[in-house]
Amino acid sequence: MELWPLDNYWAHFVLFAAIIIVFVLIGVMAYVYVERRTFGPFQLRWGPNRAGPFGILQPVADAIKVLLKEDIVPAKADKWVHWLAPIVVFLPILMIFAVVPFHEGQGLVPDLNVGILYVVAISALGVVGIFMAGWASNNKYSLISAMRVIAAMISYEIPLVLSIIGVVLITGSLSMNDIVAGHNIPFFLLTPLGFLIFLLSAMSEINRGPFDLMEADSEIVAGFHIEYSGMKFAMFYLAEYGHALAMSAIAAILFFRGWEGPGSEYIGVLWFLVKTLFIFVLLIWIRVTFPRLRIDQLMAFAWKFLFPLALINLLVVAAEVVALEEIPWWILFVNFALAGVLIPLWSKFFKLGGGRVEVKV
Amino acid sequence: MKLKFERYGKGLAKGMALTFRHLFRQRITTQYPEERLTPSKRFRGYELVWDKERCTGCATCAKSCPQGEIVIVTSKGEGNKYVVEKFELDSGRCIFCGLCVEACPYDALFLGLDYERASYRRGELVLSKEQLERTPEKQISAYFHPEVEASLPRQTLLLERAGRKRQK
Repeated sequence: MELWPLDNYWAHFVLFAAIIIVFVLIGVMAYVYVERRTFGPFQLRWGPNRAGPFGILQPVADAIKVLLKEDIVPAKADKWVHWLAPIVVFLPILMIFAVVPFHEGQGLVPDLNVGILYVVAISALGVVGIFMAGWASNNKYSLISAMRVIAAMISYEIPLVLSIIGVVLITGSLSMNDIVAGHNIPFFLLTPLGFLIFLLSAMSEINRGPFDLMEADSEIVAGFHIEYSGMKFAMFYLAEYGHALAMSAIAAILFFRGWEGPGSEYIGVLWFLVKTLFIFVLLIWIRVTFPRLRIDQLMAFAWKFLFPLALINLLVVAAEVVALEEIPWWILFVNFALAGVLIPLWSKFFKLGGGRVEVKV
Repeated sequence: MKLKFERYGKGLAKGMALTFRHLFRQRITTQYPEERLTPSKRFRGYELVWDKERCTGCATCAKSCPQGEIVIVTSKGEGNKYVVEKFELDSGRCIFCGLCVEACPYDALFLGLDYERASYRRGELVLSKEQLERTPEKQISAYFHPEVEASLPRQTLLLERAGRKRQK
């Protein structure tokens, strides 16, 4: 393992741990700001624009406000689990960033050879914390929400992993560095179907957009963090947006060539951040457009639509990898055509309520 | 069989395009302290405007007030006329019904166009004779007094700000 820039292991560890924590905190604040400012024009309003120039200090003000609030623990809550849950949710998010390379071979564990496997495994850990929160709160809404989280996470993990395997097959490596190096053209063009499946299941994984029914304000008030306030609530908030940050960073690495981009190699980190932000804006756009799914629609979408399509996508990519020595660039036209055929075709097979539910157009 | 693409993702794409177009539309939020909307000409706004010259102290307004919040104290002045010593309104209890304005036989009462009179103390809401007095700066509403309507500014319509023409 090549260490940068310090040869001492502990110095390297401390430096990068500090960088990761600062990056996650600043990144979450930036995400909250970007999300609220982007939501504004989509809904014909401005978003926060009072605190500081263009409201840029708004997340800071919000953070201070949340941290100063009273910490309330329900009388009948399971105190220890209630206390532990936010930490269990938040830690895996920080752990994901341990292997995310910000630039070629630069990170806490810069070149973990099973990088993407580690990310998938770790990011699934947060569910335990969410269920702990839901259970320990002694509240029916938080328990319902926690159950929904588990159902959604387990279902969407499968298409997510299957779409990642497609990328892994093409590059032949689980290491994030090798995946970026293996791009000849960005993989969102090479495997459009895989990218779409990854994006949709990642959105469900991070409880966002139309898949945010685990914290559906209008039915189960706020979901699993309903009984949390103050610092602990801030941890959940951090974890939610930190997860979004992690997922968009991984999408940038897997499908958008990570830090590769025109210009000097020193601005690679900048390219990486720009791509991450671009994916996040895409997520905001999807979130602002579509209404929330029902729980049966959510499960049906995962198992009847994404899962078969992910399998077919995997089969196609595997066949291409086996048949062709080196993936030529023109294969993207084939893949685009295939995606264009497969999505409408599978929408036709995709039925709700055993086909008894009519979809009126 | 005709393939209806609305069911196969076209609707989603349409929705995305619609929200994207919203990005370039005029935002309808009023940035309040910097920009203000002009209320309707017949707005029943805050603050009664009391014309000292026209008032005879008959107290019809006080009698018509459903809240009973107008207080008038008069004394006998020269020429057998009332002198209004006290004219008070607890605007914290006023319901802005405008009945006093309608009741006044001498057109001495008007409603105002003002709407920014929040205060920190309840006591500040009780308006005295001096605060209610009609001055050239105070804009009076055309409620029950259509003759002032011509001099008032036109109401801001959010529809026009959104870039659409008003339907007749």
